[in-house]
Amino acid sequence: MKGYNFAYLDEQTKRMIRRAILKAVAIPGHQVPFGGREMPLPYGWGTGGIQVTAAILGPRDVLKVIDQGADDTTNAVSIRRFFARVAGIATTTRTAEASVIQTRHRIPETRLRADQILVYQVPQPEPLYRLEPSRAAARRLHALAEYGAMHVRLYEDIARLGQVAISYDYPVLVNRRYLTSPSPIPAFDNPKLHRMAALQLFGAGREKRIYAIPPYTEVRSLDFEDHPFRPHRADAACALCGSRESYLDEVLTDDRGGRIFVCSDTDYCAGRAA
Amino acid sequence: MNAIPDLPGFPDPVPDSQAAFRAILWAQSHPGAIVTPAPALIVPAPLPVAAGALLLTLADADTTLWLAPGFAPARDWLRFHTGAPEAPLSRADFVLAEQLPALETLGTGSDDSPHDGASLILPVAALGEGTRCRLSGPGIDGTGDFAATLPPGFAAFWAANHALFPRGVDVFLCAGSRLAALPRSVTLEVL
Amino acid sequence: MAYVAVKGGERAIDAAHAWRAEARRGDPAIPALSTGQIAGQLGRAVERVMAEASLHDPELAALAIRQAEGDLIEAAFLLRAFRTTLPRFGAALPLETGRMAVRRRISAIFKDVPGGQILGPTTDYTHRLLDFSLLDDPPPPPAPRAEDPPGPMPRVATLLEAEGLLRPEPPGEAPPFDITREPLAHPAPRDARLQGLARGDEGFLLGMGYSTQRGYGGSHPFAGEIRMGAVTVEIIPDELGFPIDIGEIVLTECQMVNQFHGSRTEPASFTAGYGLAFGQADRRAMAMALLDRAMQAAELGEAVTAPAQNPEFVLAHADNIEATGFVEHLKLPHYVDFQSEAEAVRRLRAAARAEAAE
Repeated sequence: MKGYNFAYLDEQTKRMIRRAILKAVAIPGHQVPFGGREMPLPYGWGTGGIQVTAAILGPRDVLKVIDQGADDTTNAVSIRRFFARVAGIATTTRTAEASVIQTRHRIPETRLRADQILVYQVPQPEPLYRLEPSRAAARRLHALAEYGAMHVRLYEDIARLGQVAISYDYPVLVNRRYLTSPSPIPAFDNPKLHRMAALQLFGAGREKRIYAIPPYTEVRSLDFEDHPFRPHRADAACALCGSRESYLDEVLTDDRGGRIFVCSDTDYCAGRAA
Repeated sequence: MNAIPDLPGFPDPVPDSQAAFRAILWAQSHPGAIVTPAPALIVPAPLPVAAGALLLTLADADTTLWLAPGFAPARDWLRFHTGAPEAPLSRADFVLAEQLPALETLGTGSDDSPHDGASLILPVAALGEGTRCRLSGPGIDGTGDFAATLPPGFAAFWAANHALFPRGVDVFLCAGSRLAALPRSVTLEVL
Repeated sequence: MAYVAVKGGERAIDAAHAWRAEARRGDPAIPALSTGQIAGQLGRAVERVMAEASLHDPELAALAIRQAEGDLIEAAFLLRAFRTTLPRFGAALPLETGRMAVRRRISAIFKDVPGGQILGPTTDYTHRLLDFSLLDDPPPPPAPRAEDPPGPMPRVATLLEAEGLLRPEPPGEAPPFDITREPLAHPAPRDARLQGLARGDEGFLLGMGYSTQRGYGGSHPFAGEIRMGAVTVEIIPDELGFPIDIGEIVLTECQMVNQFHGSRTEPASFTAGYGLAFGQADRRAMAMALLDRAMQAAELGEAVTAPAQNPEFVLAHADNIEATGFVEHLKLPHYVDFQSEAEAVRRLRAAARAEAAE
């Protein structure tokens, strides 16, 4: 686009983000602070993911953007258009055709390959923030790998409710060291984080943090031996493709309790229904 | 005023540095994998091409560099094309070594900020042959075989570095235009 | 089927933007506002937008205000996003506010001070009566001019420091921290805190500053000095090696003076809180100075008990671009997470029912 560098960011900013990404890959799950820039989209709209994508994207990349698993949600449309405009790159809605996938709140159902990169938009990179709102204090807890408070929190759920009541942004331990937020994906998606072949990069723009999960890295959802982690989905089949494996959105069809369930991953669903 | 070197940097900096970065990112996320970040780059001798490509891609006025004496002929080129100021070994973000430095002499970050650990660029005669090693850890599906003409004492250096995790240094081995990465998270066993 | 309605996001976005553009312009029979009118007649709005955007450019700020239909947070966001794309040619020398071409200067702690008290173009003593004559807004009669140019006006803080009453500011040595380039780590140094406050939301600064006066953080502030006027901006170009004047900007500077009880190593004295803002902005500069002082609590060995004394809390929430983005992002679709929560609540309710049936 005239007047702007390729992929919007200036080269110095890209270098700064690239350095942060490489350190993040070297220390899986550790939040690397970076000099996040103001983007022409609001904080909370994916500015962290956009900066990571802008720093890695090249002219031969094919970009897919999803929000809630869907390519046609308004914010996904907006971000895809942003990159088509400022980088002139090819975009796709097909998971298998994409080299870079930027996502908000979902991991695609289709298994990702080693030659793909998944970029997550992260609103709140600090998994301990509800237990320790001071980021300075939370940083000390990470330094000491002191995660007892999170185990206590999960245990209290089990004692009180018989199960862990966290259903999204379910905390994970990456490479047996760092407690990490998987971003607000449903807990259903957590098993896909584990030993994924694709590189996973996480960008939090407002909180100015980047972190990564390298390919094939061990990612364990926190649990207890007698209460193992269990992913959940609605007990139904997709009304469009019939899938009983995919994560489902619930759609209200009338005001008398009528509802259907459809795949959240629109590309997966379209591929099966075709 | 800095001397203007004879050799140019990347012919087309925006796409060239992006392509080099993606190669380096691949190497960092697949420890032991051999990549060629910038096949066409011309660098001053005796700098390995891959080391020049890495510094052109990642170093700038906001990062510091330590240069081994043997790479003095590349000083003006690096200074001009990256703008990176030089710093003592223990405070350098990028360390361009000739021989394996002692781990204690390098910045390994802190428990709070392990990402401040240095990136050590180490020239080797060859990648894909030499000392055979087995790697395991993040980025590796099970275990991976790797070979390089590693400097003497490297296995002990690596064991000490990995033991510091999450602190530590990340190593980029460069042979000519080829590069392989050993991030601190990786376990290395000499076969 | 209802589900199909969420498709076509692209067309919906285009239509929404077109509708907004039409609404923004309003009745085409009424002449459009010029950016000159905004910059010239809505100066306080322009100054606030420049402060919160961290970019001094009245014309572009006026454009942003017009584009944002007077939504000043949105205008600051537009200007800041533009600022990010600008190359940096260098850093200005520290501004010498002691040599300000003063238009307004008051001190609340002395009846008179060297150089005098100068009210300047203030609304402080206007009666807040809606002035219906402004419906037509005829040009006002010229304001009277002082006969003699004002004499030198040393900063009141300098006078207090000379007597040893005010704790001297340690001189800064390293280049100042820049929160727009580097991520902030806590405890944040004072230069980073001041920068965060300088671009903070005026309403937030005001509310937090106010809280210190109501007992949340024991401060006993006096307005040592508020001065407003034009200050020269100088840079030293690499190729010249000596300072050159690149223009002037109007600033409001405030020094709040607070009692300090002293510590084991230091006798009692006064301490200062510092505020600086583009344009004529007493409220902003004063609130900033209150907060700057409150945030020095830990360094001065005072008990940290109130939100305003906690730099991490203040700085993490002062930025209205960050805050508005994150508050408003809740209107983006969250139905995947809501679905997972709904399933969890249904499971918990089913478990409770099963338990009750036993």
